Amino acid sequence: MSTVLLLLITGIGLGALYFLVASGLSLIYGLMGVLNFAHGSFLTLAGFLGWEVGRRIGDGSWAGLLTGMLVGLVVGAVVAALTELIFIRPLYNRHIEQVLVTVGLGLASVALFEGIWGTDPIQIRLPEWLGGTTDVLGANIPNDRWLLIATAVVVLGLIVLFLQRTSYGLVIRAGVENRTMVTALGIDVRRAFTIVFAIGGAAAGLGGVLASVYYGQVGAHQGTSLLIYAFIVTVIGGLGSLTGAAIASVLVAVIQQFANFYLGGTGDLAIVLALAAVLLVRPTGLMGKVKH
Amino acid sequence: MRTFFTSVWGKLVIGAVIVGVAAMLPLLAIDIPGILPGPTYTPGTLTVLAYAMLIAALALSYHLIFGVAGLLSFGHAMFFAAGAYGLGIILRLLAPSGMPPEAVFLVAIVLTLVIALVLGNLVGALALRVTGISFAMVTLAVAQAMNVMIRRNVGGLTGGEEGVRLPVDVVPDVLVGVVNTRNLYWLALAILVIVYLACVWIERSRLGHVVAAARENELRVTVLGLRPYFVRLFLFAGAAVLAAVAGIGFMLLQSSATPRISTSDFTLTLLVIVVLGGVGYRWGAIVGGIVYTLLDQRLAALASAEWIQALPDVLRIPLSEPLFILGMLFVLVVMFAPGGIVGLAHRVTQRRGSRQDVAEPKALQDMEA
Repeated sequence: MSTVLLLLITGIGLGALYFLVASGLSLIYGLMGVLNFAHGSFLTLAGFLGWEVGRRIGDGSWAGLLTGMLVGLVVGAVVAALTELIFIRPLYNRHIEQVLVTVGLGLASVALFEGIWGTDPIQIRLPEWLGGTTDVLGANIPNDRWLLIATAVVVLGLIVLFLQRTSYGLVIRAGVENRTMVTALGIDVRRAFTIVFAIGGAAAGLGGVLASVYYGQVGAHQGTSLLIYAFIVTVIGGLGSLTGAAIASVLVAVIQQFANFYLGGTGDLAIVLALAAVLLVRPTGLMGKVKH
Repeated sequence: MRTFFTSVWGKLVIGAVIVGVAAMLPLLAIDIPGILPGPTYTPGTLTVLAYAMLIAALALSYHLIFGVAGLLSFGHAMFFAAGAYGLGIILRLLAPSGMPPEAVFLVAIVLTLVIALVLGNLVGALALRVTGISFAMVTLAVAQAMNVMIRRNVGGLTGGEEGVRLPVDVVPDVLVGVVNTRNLYWLALAILVIVYLACVWIERSRLGHVVAAARENELRVTVLGLRPYFVRLFLFAGAAVLAAVAGIGFMLLQSSATPRISTSDFTLTLLVIVVLGGVGYRWGAIVGGIVYTLLDQRLAALASAEWIQALPDVLRIPLSEPLFILGMLFVLVVMFAPGGIVGLAHRVTQRRGSRQDVAEPKALQDMEA
């Protein structure tokens, strides 16, 4: 029982991480039809810069970590918005080229990170509490899982609030449903593009810092490896659906944890099978309606 | 009619001359400083050139999927890996069987190609049920799972991070050792020519036309009573086998295979190569493959050059990462030269001949992600 609980909560914690990456990906794809391969780089860069600033404020202290998270958030948002303005916007409505540009950026930036911070991951120091465990019904849950879950819930809440309660959110939701109609009504969706990129980047940036908490290290390839899971989550959840991304990220991470533990480390294979099954039964994903 | 006739012969002659010159290289002492690491007869240079040609052959097989069928696959590297790993593993398993080494070698090659064909059909049958970005994601996910299994050394076959070494005692002597590098070079050239001819044949066949038509307008093809699914599947499996052929050449040339060749990053490099050379052009894949490999090699050599090391960090770090330079070059090509190298060359020659302007590669125009 305690093992099941441990796997479940660890899975949800990992799912929270997936969600932070996948939410942005899904929103960006839903609105603009761009699959952003540079998303992992936003995450990695935010992770590195958050760590660099955080350890100067106070290595292994809460102040350092929280500052790092704030820095990650801002870095992710700014870098994502700049990417949209400089690289994506000139290729407006040429989806395949937009994807290719993000592929190029992803490859180039990882190489650059390797050049600056080295190829090997760097171990980081965390506040003591995060290294400990909490006893829940006999299961020793590592404390960092709670931080991940809480952050993801807050981010989900904020994004939902933004989408439901603000006029930009309205434009974005309408744009995901039918972009042509929104444009025809005289609304400039391009600003919404930049905003969606910035929001996605901010979530990914936060995810970058939290990924370093989860793995206990920062590395140049962290973003890229998380990105692949985020892609799978996005496709299973349905491209463009935030709720779908939230459900699928927890589902994928929990399946992965259980398969890794009970089926001899076959977590990745299990996810791929789940993806195949979902695509065969519902090619648009669990919650996907949008067709581009 | 006559111009058509002469153009076909013209192309044949040009092709024969290029292949002939390439085949002569190991016998000549051409030294191009800055591009080649040494004179062309040295084993080091021949290895680099052979590797470049194998990558070009692999890029050609990717061109079939991306350029001709218009399908964005992120899993093509797994077929290359299937060729390389398949040959190494089957040779090792068959070596103690008591068969003569030549027979073992031939059987292993045939079996590897059969495995690639089966794998290509399985993955294609699954992935082609969806189109667009979902297709890309399925291929990416399958390739990723394959990569993880190779890394984890499932079944004790793939050797984990160490990879698989080529059991040289069952490989014909002419293909083993530094002395015989020129034979391996000729083998790589032969593979490139074979893959090229196969691509021409597939593209010119009725099947190739149907696939290209389905890329342009799938609905119309369906209305005509043709089923794009099966022709695409055939093309996908064909490209998988051709990639495996290149993988076999790679295994013989490098004598070992590591998990690196099955990563999604490796497929992304193929994408970069095809786009750099020019999407939709067969020659683009070849030129892109050779230019990319040589650039990669030279940039790595450049990174350790003294004058680079003496630069301040801001300049030194980006310049000493070949992949950074290649990635940014790729971004620039996508943004400002959508036809790639061959597309640019076409545009220049067409303008000089004052003919109507060249259409941009069709694959890029209508392909909805």
